[in-house]
Amino acid sequence: MEKQKKRFEDRIWDFFVSLKLGITTLILLSITSIVGTLLKQGQSKGEYVQENFARMFPDGFPPKMTQLDYDKLREGFESTYRFFDSMYFFDMYHSWWFLGLLGLFAMNLICCSINRLPRVLKIVREPELKPEEKFYKTLANRDELIVTGSIAEVETKVAGFVASEFAKPQRTEEGDKVHLFAQKAPYARFGVYATHLSILIILAGAMIGIKFGYKGFVWIAEGSSISQVSSREGRGMIPLEFTVQCDKFELEYYEGSRMPKEYRSDLVVFENGKEILKKRIVVNDPLTYKGITFYQSSYRPIGGGVHRLLVTPRDGAAFEVEAKEGAPVSLPNGGSFAVGAYNDNLRNFGPGITMHVNSPDGKRGNPFPVYKYHPGADAQIRKGAFAFDLIDSDLEYATGLQVAKDPGVEVVWVGCTLMIIGTMVAFFLSHRRIWVTLVPDGGKVKVLYGGNAHRNQPGFALYFDEFKSKIKKYLS
Amino acid sequence: MDGSQLLSTQILNYVTIIYFVAMVCFVVYLAVRNETVALTAKVLIWVGFVAQTFALGYRWYESYQMPGGVGHAPLSNLYESVIFFAWTIILIYIALDLKYKQSAIGAFVIPFAFLAIAWAQLQLPSSISPLVPALQSNWLTYHVITCFLGYAAFAVACGVSIMYLIKARDEEKNKDDSSGIVGMFPSSKILDDINYKAIMIGFPLLTLGIVTGAAWANYAWGTYWSWDPKETWSLIVWFIYAAFLHARFTRGWAGKRAAWLSIIGFMATIFCYLGVNLVLSGLHSYGG
Ligand code: HEM
Repeated sequence: MEKQKKRFEDRIWDFFVSLKLGITTLILLSITSIVGTLLKQGQSKGEYVQENFARMFPDGFPPKMTQLDYDKLREGFESTYRFFDSMYFFDMYHSWWFLGLLGLFAMNLICCSINRLPRVLKIVREPELKPEEKFYKTLANRDELIVTGSIAEVETKVAGFVASEFAKPQRTEEGDKVHLFAQKAPYARFGVYATHLSILIILAGAMIGIKFGYKGFVWIAEGSSISQVSSREGRGMIPLEFTVQCDKFELEYYEGSRMPKEYRSDLVVFENGKEILKKRIVVNDPLTYKGITFYQSSYRPIGGGVHRLLVTPRDGAAFEVEAKEGAPVSLPNGGSFAVGAYNDNLRNFGPGITMHVNSPDGKRGNPFPVYKYHPGADAQIRKGAFAFDLIDSDLEYATGLQVAKDPGVEVVWVGCTLMIIGTMVAFFLSHRRIWVTLVPDGGKVKVLYGGNAHRNQPGFALYFDEFKSKIKKYLS
Repeated sequence: MDGSQLLSTQILNYVTIIYFVAMVCFVVYLAVRNETVALTAKVLIWVGFVAQTFALGYRWYESYQMPGGVGHAPLSNLYESVIFFAWTIILIYIALDLKYKQSAIGAFVIPFAFLAIAWAQLQLPSSISPLVPALQSNWLTYHVITCFLGYAAFAVACGVSIMYLIKARDEEKNKDDSSGIVGMFPSSKILDDINYKAIMIGFPLLTLGIVTGAAWANYAWGTYWSWDPKETWSLIVWFIYAAFLHARFTRGWAGKRAAWLSIIGFMATIFCYLGVNLVLSGLHSYGG
């Protein structure tokens, strides 16, 4: 009974430490990840059906199609959706089975490392200090010399040579023999473990972020402030411990183009009525306070901007006026005009405003558009008593900020750094060892020596050949 | 602005021709086994590489000469990235050639660089366009450089793997007949070793590429990982090469299986680079 149980545990352990499982999970993760890139994540049934219809009939439904055909097809799409949905394909990366696969991967990594680490530690901590001749026979790189002189003389020479040529050796006496052992970069053996550990650290960081962080969004109108943000994960409003105010939002275009060059928001953080922090944020340069980061993400014009207009009376000199949105501005003939709304791309003619003119007797005229980049258009098209051109707009904006709290992100960066160092060490460094044993041999000294490397064997073989020819020359 | 007017674009036209001639020389070398032909090819590669390096630098300079503060490193749209990809392949090839001195490899690696640069020069719009705010980040520059160096190492590994498969089949059929084109190939053992070494160089670079990409995403919108198709595919590629390395050093997968895995890995790489933009959609849609 006891034996049976142990065997079962052993079997479980063997399963978790096997590299076969590791490679299988890597390949399974690759294949399943593809699913999530083919199906749009977070799609609803309606969107899915519509997308499939669009793909099937890019030029619209064929005229011969009956309602029955249509219903059948839709039912087909809907049942595929239900099937995919039951497999969590539309929220794949959070599904129990994908996370389970990642868990298995992590488990495998942990067990495999636990299984192998003690052996590696032993190699590094307890190197063979008293190698016998038998031991030298197991080394692929080895040689033997007979040198004249006493053990002590030869030892000084050899130790000096090994120290200058390779690394300072460690000396062990055994009877009348003397052993020297020198090594380089023993830590290279841990590159693999650092790499594996780094994966676990990154996963832990991601978990901390999911558990203790959130993603949110907030609009702040210029001149106003907020103290809560709305969750992007359906958790409603999230209160902040402080207030964020937007002093100003600015949008800069590339010269002579409609392409945005920079979005800037001047933000101020207040806590308990005191100003704490001030920062101008742009895309790629966010503001962080108390672990909560605000990213410039979007903007929208809101009412209340001030526009500079060029007004040209039909017979008279043109003049400039400033008009605040919604507020009437008098005209020389006793009438007035008012600017309604601004639009960034009014009727596809670029930035423009909609405005109307009130006649001197107070009758409200029809609204008409005035564009920034089409001067003279109003004079030509509308032919009113006054022609208007838009010179410039000082718009009121609301800035749209992505908000994120992620206490795990530093952990993730630690993991990433460790991973890069770890892979470099694992791939490009090698633990190299050289042993020398001096044996008295009838008035002379037999010098046995050899070495090995834990990777890049061919490179070490070349090195050892050179070492051999140098030591021969040195000792003779 | 019409990009074909730029001096850098015109230089790159010549570079394309140089790489084409070099490629032909390498193929001719396999057939006629004349070392002078191979030397000519290598000299052309060096000349092309120097000219392309200059053109990349000059394009950078040109971007700063344009009105409106458009200046940026030439790594921002599909055209620029494909040109850079060709450059990294040549760079890795030159490094490989200096170390291994196996002329035949050129015939299987240079075509990748040639196809890339020819496609860019003939098909892709080469104008210098301003950067949208999200792309204005140093992280992006590091990200593109490291990713493409990694991709180029994988391209070399793929080319060498194709050679391996041809060579291995030939070695099985007629043991020591070293005539014909295949006779000029390095031994299958060397090809297998180069495949492994190239992936060993590519893997940490891809790792760095993914990490710098995550850093950029984190600065730009506050999530270092959002499972968008490009990110997911880069992870898939990373998994495939991780599987390759593990299969190799602990399960002894060398030779044919390693060569196939390397070819599959590079196909996934190309899909990650181009397929995702052309077939799938996401944050990374370069240039539109
Ligand atoms: C994508 C994830 C992984 C990465 C990036 C990774 C990375 C590495 C690296 C860089 C090495 C050293 C390579 C070398 O010495 O040439 C290595 C070795 C190894 N890995 Fe992984 N690994 C991953 C997943 C796994 C998993 C899931 C297992 C599960 C068992 C595993 C088991 C091993 C083993 C047994 C070795 C050899 C260790 C030795 O030589 O003593 N690895 N890994």
